[in-house]
Amino acid sequence: MENAVQDQKKVEYWRWTESRWTSPDLDWRDGGVISAGVDVGSVSTQAVVMVDGHLYCSSSMRTGSDSPESANNAMSWALEGTGLTLDRIHATVGTGYGRVNVPFATRAITEIACHARGGNFMYGPSVRTILDMGGQDCKAIHCDERGKVSAFLMNDKCAAGTGRGMEVFADLLGVHITEVGEMSFRVAEEPPPVSSTCVVFAKSEASGLLRKGWPKEKVLAAYCSAMAHRVVTLLERIGVEKEFAITGGIAKNVGVVRRLAKEIGIEPLRSDMDAQLAGAIGAALFAKALHEKSAKGA
Amino acid sequence: MQANYGYKDGAGEFFITIDTEKCDGCGDCVPACPQHVLVMIENEFDLDAEKELAAVSALHTKKIKYSCGPCKPAAGYAIEDLPCVRACAAGAITHSW
Amino acid sequence: MITAGVDCGAKNVKVVVLEDGEVRGKALVLAGMDTGAAAAEALRRALQAARIGRDRVARIVATGAGREESRLSDAAVTEVGADARAMAHLAPAVRTVIDVGAEEGRAIRVDGAGRVVDFAINEKCAAGAGAFTEAMARALEVPIEELGELSMKSTQAIPMNAQCAVFAESEVVGLVHKKTPKPDMARAIHDAIADRITSMARRVGIEERIALVGGVARNVGFVRSLREDLQTDLVLFPDPEFVGAIGAALVAADTAAG
Repeated sequence: MENAVQDQKKVEYWRWTESRWTSPDLDWRDGGVISAGVDVGSVSTQAVVMVDGHLYCSSSMRTGSDSPESANNAMSWALEGTGLTLDRIHATVGTGYGRVNVPFATRAITEIACHARGGNFMYGPSVRTILDMGGQDCKAIHCDERGKVSAFLMNDKCAAGTGRGMEVFADLLGVHITEVGEMSFRVAEEPPPVSSTCVVFAKSEASGLLRKGWPKEKVLAAYCSAMAHRVVTLLERIGVEKEFAITGGIAKNVGVVRRLAKEIGIEPLRSDMDAQLAGAIGAALFAKALHEKSAKGA
Repeated sequence: MQANYGYKDGAGEFFITIDTEKCDGCGDCVPACPQHVLVMIENEFDLDAEKELAAVSALHTKKIKYSCGPCKPAAGYAIEDLPCVRACAAGAITHSW
Repeated sequence: MITAGVDCGAKNVKVVVLEDGEVRGKALVLAGMDTGAAAAEALRRALQAARIGRDRVARIVATGAGREESRLSDAAVTEVGADARAMAHLAPAVRTVIDVGAEEGRAIRVDGAGRVVDFAINEKCAAGAGAFTEAMARALEVPIEELGELSMKSTQAIPMNAQCAVFAESEVVGLVHKKTPKPDMARAIHDAIADRITSMARRVGIEERIALVGGVARNVGFVRSLREDLQTDLVLFPDPEFVGAIGAALVAADTAAG
């Protein structure tokens, strides 16, 4: 029995599924400009390749301890099976926390600009507010119809309201991070949110609730709504303008997204593309623009 | 663009806002700040831009309340008298607290 | 006169039994899930240590974050008020009290006569409290009691960038992978929290002499880092975690007299 408990502890509940994708409709051999974007975040790294501004292939992986290696790995995985090689890509832009450490990048561009540009591509020109909830930060960005940033704020001071905070909870409760959202709705009625903003204190608060006999679902509901509320207060400074979209890993957590939408009273836009790719897509679009600019100059 | 650098926590909102439409890239604010909070960065938001922009150094965004402490009213400064605000002739820099 | 002070902290409940300003008995009990029960148990043990019957206690005053949950007290005083009152008794020359507990850090300017001039409290954030050193000790796989001594063996100061305990944990794990010597990491941890506590204290204006109280004052590594930051010596007490309870017991005596 004791062994069983120990084995269970080794499961990495926070580990989300890594993925790759290739467009069934496109072939890079038919295209003109091949551009790439790599978003090296603190928790995950995404690589995308675009052919003439259309999404061709992508990958999303956990960031390793070494940024250049993470960028290389993500890119190789994205290109796997496509026959496309790095030397055929016209321009690459690096973005995210490790953006200056992308060995094959033409240029580094801040993730704020890339998220706006990528959000514009994914959700259409009507999107005005993009909320990016990443692994270690939370950004709110206003942009115009071309995806140009008009205001932003970024909170990277603490883990409250970030993917990292959610990972801590998944681990504490022994629930896979991909199941947290759905599970948090399996409650008879919505419990009051966890009172501490600080993840460390929220964790001890949650441990207390579990000892009190609260089911995991109820504790998750209390944390998801605390997190949604935290992000809403963060948004107050720049406000939310319609249309509104959520990007980043937390966008996949319905437990947070639905509570957040309810609190601000605006339904977020949906996209058939992976919300975690927004930064990398923006970077690839910038790479295309850079290539076209230099081609014109030459 | 309104670039907000800082954070919000249980103690309040601590943001330095740079209005990039007003910032002319002169860099006068950089030496004016006794805590070396401000830096000039390449304008990554606009590929055609030729001028640099003032920004809060990443070393300070997470502790801006403390970094700016020595120039705040508690230390005897009036808010309009902050060295960075005075140094910016274009009026591009504002503090939220 | 015999009085008692009950300090219901986030982690421990501390009780002091005081007779005419002298500590007769004290006890510390983990707060656990029921602060009220822990307070009752701590009082029972403190009275036992003092060999004093409960019926001889004239008045009981509670303090601490969980003071409302102490069912046995006659009145309550804030942590800040209790610290100020204790300081007038223990070290009246002190003008600034820095109190670092498990979940809260405080800086209090006092007048030496038991009154509070000004104070600042960290914003419910683990990074400025004892919880930070505990989380870091876990990440380093070092018992919390040994973290202080370990940091005294450090040969170099290395900076820590994270301002959040959760992010700092990842940073420490990263440093472990890079084979950074553990004493240097321990020191970096203490430097980081001392830095935040000092910044907070500067908001109330630091006036000497400065006392350090609360459980974290037992950590020699933190004491050293804080001394270096403040560039002055600190007034320390043999039982730093009991200072709040002593203050509460003194308030009980003050208010019972009339």
